[in-house]
Amino acid sequence: MLAQAIRRLAFAIPTLLAIVAAAFVLMQLAPGGPFTKERQMPPAIEQRLVEKYGLDLPIHEQLARYLGGLARGDLGPSMTYKDKEVIDIIAEGAPTSAVLGLSAMVLALFVGGALGVMAAVRQNRAQDYFVMALAIGGVCLPPLVIGPVLQLLFGVEWGLLPSQGLHRDEFGLVYLILPVITLSLPLIAIISRLMRASMIEALRSNAIRTARAKGLPEAQVIWRHALPIALLPIVSYAGPALAGVMAGSFVIETVFQLPGIGKQFVLAAQQRDYTLVMGVVLVYSSLIILLNLAADLMYRVLDPRSRTA
Amino acid sequence: MAFWTNRRSLLAGAGGVAAATSLGACANGRIVGFDKARRSIDIANQGEPLSLDPHKASGSWENNIIGNMFIGLTTEDVESKPVPGMAERWDTSEDGLRWTFYLRRATWSDGEPCDAHDFEFAFRRILNPETLAEYASILYVIKNAEKVNNGELPVEQLGVRAIDDLTLEVELDHPAAYFPQILKHYTAYPVPKHIVERHGADWIHPDNVVVNGPYNLTRWWSNYIVHLERNPAFFDAENVALEHIYFYPSNDVNAAARKVMSGEAGWSTRFPSNQVEQLRTALPGFVRVYQYLTCNYFSFNMTRPPFNDIRVRQALTMAYDRDFVASQIYRTGERPAFKFVPPGIADYPGTARYPWSDIPIAERKREAERLLRAAGFGPNNPLRFEFAHRNTSDNPRVAVVAQNDWKSIAPWVTVELRGTETQVHYANLRAKNYDAGDGGWIADYNDAKTYLYLLETRTGAQNYSGYSNPEYDRLMRESDFEPDAARRGEILAQAEQLMLGEAPICTSVFINSLNLVHPDLTGYENNLEDIHRARWFGIKA
Repeated sequence: MLAQAIRRLAFAIPTLLAIVAAAFVLMQLAPGGPFTKERQMPPAIEQRLVEKYGLDLPIHEQLARYLGGLARGDLGPSMTYKDKEVIDIIAEGAPTSAVLGLSAMVLALFVGGALGVMAAVRQNRAQDYFVMALAIGGVCLPPLVIGPVLQLLFGVEWGLLPSQGLHRDEFGLVYLILPVITLSLPLIAIISRLMRASMIEALRSNAIRTARAKGLPEAQVIWRHALPIALLPIVSYAGPALAGVMAGSFVIETVFQLPGIGKQFVLAAQQRDYTLVMGVVLVYSSLIILLNLAADLMYRVLDPRSRTA
Repeated sequence: MAFWTNRRSLLAGAGGVAAATSLGACANGRIVGFDKARRSIDIANQGEPLSLDPHKASGSWENNIIGNMFIGLTTEDVESKPVPGMAERWDTSEDGLRWTFYLRRATWSDGEPCDAHDFEFAFRRILNPETLAEYASILYVIKNAEKVNNGELPVEQLGVRAIDDLTLEVELDHPAAYFPQILKHYTAYPVPKHIVERHGADWIHPDNVVVNGPYNLTRWWSNYIVHLERNPAFFDAENVALEHIYFYPSNDVNAAARKVMSGEAGWSTRFPSNQVEQLRTALPGFVRVYQYLTCNYFSFNMTRPPFNDIRVRQALTMAYDRDFVASQIYRTGERPAFKFVPPGIADYPGTARYPWSDIPIAERKREAERLLRAAGFGPNNPLRFEFAHRNTSDNPRVAVVAQNDWKSIAPWVTVELRGTETQVHYANLRAKNYDAGDGGWIADYNDAKTYLYLLETRTGAQNYSGYSNPEYDRLMRESDFEPDAARRGEILAQAEQLMLGEAPICTSVFINSLNLVHPDLTGYENNLEDIHRARWFGIKA
């Protein structure tokens, strides 16, 4: 398994390089630039800025320069946040996005998983319909709607929870309750539907029929024998999905005014902050690769058949 | 077996997260946005500062922060009018070209003296092309400033000189009665020479920075918070009431309003205009609406047909129903703009306006059709053009009104809308890659020139229309050399009148400033520039 992990990581390097190169070129193709503003700066100053960041060079030279910096671990200075380096901005934003995304995924796995199991076991009964209605609602109502509603109810109307932000310059966990719930709702919806479907299939399998024939109690059949089988599609889904939520959510971070990299990414793209966009793309791609790998490895733990494959 | 072990670990982990969350819930209360006991205020500011270095900043939201950290030769009073700051007084030579400032004895927050040498250093630094200061052109009124900034002269040739520790002499390129207005702008703030020389570009980092203003920078967490703390070394520190100020970049204007509604902010620098009535009910005494030195307008690309024809520009300008836009699209008492320079600009008569301003809109549309027919347009030669607009805020809705107004002139007028993000929009305007396009302008300082220079030939790419009239340019230059403020105002008004008649731009509305301010915060006065310095703030018992 270790050898497989190492092999996959080795393959990740050219993949990352390809992603970086594609993102670099695509970004430069977008109209406008980091120094295009409502108030025009003196042309001589703009020219100097362009030269400072190497934007006057042909695109392949710019890319080579960027990759050279990357090899030295240098993501470069931000083109719009003039007092900061890209690495510092990401280091400031990534923990919030990671905690937010991880918490939402953990919550979604437990709640969505439990709901899915309940719906499968009570298939075509009231509980099943309730879970499916909840799932459809969770998918249909976007965080852009749910977030402000929760803010208004819990933060403004009832005053039970902070409506946004963290605790000034501290990391107050209570401030994450509403954003975590908002972020996890669509995940809960998807996971509960996935879990229901795969649990129904698992419960109809020969292994489970055998377990029941042996006279095992129903709880043991479900939790000990059916659940590991049913978890496989969840694991496949959760790996990349976790990368997505850990890399930050623009909507959640904007509505709840959280300092994550999701918001940074969109703002940087709007401002054509090429270096910052590249930095976040790199973090996101690395997360996708790592978490996909983790999902595959976990698959092998859960499904003995895949070990011999 | 392994699975069960993992499951137990997972459960334990989940339990840990739940416990930590509950502990967190007990340990953290909600922020009190205007905390009288702690003497602190939390402010929903409109954006993340791109820089806190006064020589590299360029936005009003950055000014809200930096203006509490540094004090220039002049500074703002509660109404944002210039009053003595670091300079206790000043003399002006008879020709208005030589200004001598006498500085007060004051120190930086580390105890080092803040003197004329720091100012000399700061002016040279911002105009040095190596600094890459985007806003340096505001100081071009200083002798040789433009040439120094363009690298044509060494910084030593700049017309700023420290005569001794407490005397600074500034020579101007031309008389400028509004110079004290410019000196309160952040581009004219001093920077600590000893700290900048020691730390270079990192001097503004919270660990390094020293200030001469009422508040010091304690923490700056990107895209989340800027924390300022009262500076005991400030020359007027005993009169500064608030101990802490927290600025949050609130890109989402709705979230900013909710932050005030939940009590987690004491002041928001914006609110959604369509919620003004609800906010007045929900937050009695918070809503502050006031006229602001901002004009929204449309530019016509005069470098190509059809807008190289004055009749087409005049027709579209008069057919646009700005009264409707001001009253129906904006909901907070915005005023229709029948001129470019907003009312309230200092030393300006404000007499210029479109000649047809008092004619009813239906009649104006008939006249517009006549003008377009005279320009050769009609059923056999329809007028078609594209209107580019920013797809932010109320701009798309305003664009639809403009489109309808122009199409209603005659059935053979066709207008297509093109909404783009702000960055791309301005890139197109500068490159003259548009027919007609919207824009807005906020005054850099309280003077008519801050608007009218946009239409000068020498302004270059930012003269989006490509308007070029030698008489207009001559009047603008003449106003530069007129020492008498009233006479200068008349010359500028003459220039504006000339320009409005030729309609290179179609003015739309004068925008208001919209703030939510805790009613117990004293020292906050509505003002034209929407600048409110925390040193004047107090707490109502």
